[in-house]
Amino acid sequence: MELTPADRALLAALEAGLPLVPRPFAALGEQLGLAEHEVLSRLAALRAAGVVNRAGLVVRHRELGYRANAMVVLDLPDAELEAAGRRLAREPAVSLCYARPRRPPLWPYNLFFMVHGPERLATLRVVHAILMRTGLETVPRAVLFSRRRFVQRAARYGTPAPELRQAAA
Amino acid sequence: MRNGHLDPIDRAIVAALQRGVPIVERPFAELAASLETTEEAIVARLARLIHTGAVGRFAPMLDAEKLGGAVILCAMAVPAERFEDVAARLAAMPEVAHNYERAHRFNMWFVLAVERPELIPATIARIEAETGLEVVDLPKLEEYRLELVLPV
Repeated sequence: MELTPADRALLAALEAGLPLVPRPFAALGEQLGLAEHEVLSRLAALRAAGVVNRAGLVVRHRELGYRANAMVVLDLPDAELEAAGRRLAREPAVSLCYARPRRPPLWPYNLFFMVHGPERLATLRVVHAILMRTGLETVPRAVLFSRRRFVQRAARYGTPAPELRQAAA
Repeated sequence: MRNGHLDPIDRAIVAALQRGVPIVERPFAELAASLETTEEAIVARLARLIHTGAVGRFAPMLDAEKLGGAVILCAMAVPAERFEDVAARLAAMPEVAHNYERAHRFNMWFVLAVERPELIPATIARIEAETGLEVVDLPKLEEYRLELVLPV
């Protein structure tokens, strides 16, 4: 989808944060010289086109007590990938699940999923329970816990927004 | 801030709004009614939660591919003594969306986000040339779940 200049201005304003007032889209419109109904209809169109998946609170995992972020990687036979991915996707604790290519000999894993938890041991238990329930407990795997997140220079609109990039990761 | 600083109403607000704000004239009205409070009280709590850092701002989650762009996950095995230097180099590149240190031989995990898919190989080549390290590119082949909503 090609964005119009008005769409870009709207997304840029939204990226700075939704105004914290009872009628935020009216306030956004005031900043941009658009009527409230124009802001609402443009955003609805962007959402219908799939450009905007949601406009929600950016949740800070660490600040909310989710200190352990585990990336679990599995080396599955290709024929089993699809079914395993679908089983994992039904697990409520799994936040992201993707198939990715192996890069032998450096990287043997082809299925990735993410689990957030309060600390490592509890998160490992959750990971293990998920692997048992999905019948994947014997598949070769690694669990990579995050240690630090490096802050990037603020991204500006025009390139994709940070939230999206994180989602796609 | 720890989870304990959020009272039950704060948590209900965060849980409801991380999935997205309804695109309607008064997006907080329904939530206010369900919590037996006012829209003004909801936005005042939100302002406090954002101010204290419990949650970030409201932001749109965009689909890069629908906008013609591309994103890709990459990994590098960085020697410990060079880790900070390499992280700083990546932090200075606008194409690097975010970067995590993870406990593994492949200890640096970052996402490239570019405006056109053709820019990915050149961006990876530049990182390899600047760091002298091999970048393992791990594009998404299939997406089974994309759900960033956490229980609060």
